[in-house]
Amino acid sequence: MALRDRPLSPHLQIYRPQLTSVLSIIHRLCGVFLASGAMMLCFWLVTAAAGPEYYAWSEWFLTSWVGYALLLAWSFSLFYHMCNGIRHMFWDIGVGFSIKSIYVSGVFMVLAAFGLTGLSWGLGLYFYFTR
Amino acid sequence: MRIQTPLARARHLGSAMEGPEHWWMQRMTSLMLIPLTLWFVASMWWLVVDGGFTYEALRDWLSGPISAVLMLLFVGATFYHLKLGMQVIAEDYIIGKVARWTFIIMITLGCLTGAVATLYAVVAVALGG
Repeated sequence: MALRDRPLSPHLQIYRPQLTSVLSIIHRLCGVFLASGAMMLCFWLVTAAAGPEYYAWSEWFLTSWVGYALLLAWSFSLFYHMCNGIRHMFWDIGVGFSIKSIYVSGVFMVLAAFGLTGLSWGLGLYFYFTR
Repeated sequence: MRIQTPLARARHLGSAMEGPEHWWMQRMTSLMLIPLTLWFVASMWWLVVDGGFTYEALRDWLSGPISAVLMLLFVGATFYHLKLGMQVIAEDYIIGKVARWTFIIMITLGCLTGAVATLYAVVAVALGG
């Protein structure tokens, strides 16, 4: 079949950003960013298996300012991706499909992601200073 | 003249009943990763309480059978889910066929390598090697 210039559906840049599309894009960005977290998980555990002189690299990196900033970003991405993933699975079984409930669950999901990130770091710091 | 049948050309190009499997395994790994992620976060608290992320504390914790098995599941499900997700992104956004398949092959082999290396590391620590 000959290729012709057929009309295309409007692309992302045509639309005004909406909560639904923005949350969906962030979901994918978090997923891509979490790929680097998986690499860190791999590096962390491989160095732990390789010996103390190798594990020192992981410890040096993760306890640096860059390491802490990345851990904070990874933890938020993880909670966001998890909360939105749960939202997706409710849609998969046909629950929460009305426009209204999609907006309500979207706002709740973002709040839950921030809440869980805050809770995990808050408890972590609490355990750190009271151990 | 083309001897190949249309079916042979369609195979392995996305519409040979492999879509449902991809979709289903993405959901199965998601479902698995919800409790495993919460366990992973709780384990990080435990490590903090147990003396920080030192070499000894980490190995001590990971050599327990429950934490080792859960970590194996977490790592396996994570890399599987990662491969599926990145493949969707490649299929959605990379237009050129060569570039798209190059990316998908790299993602597949990279995730396989990462998974095997990490799983081996967990087993090595758990068995004290």
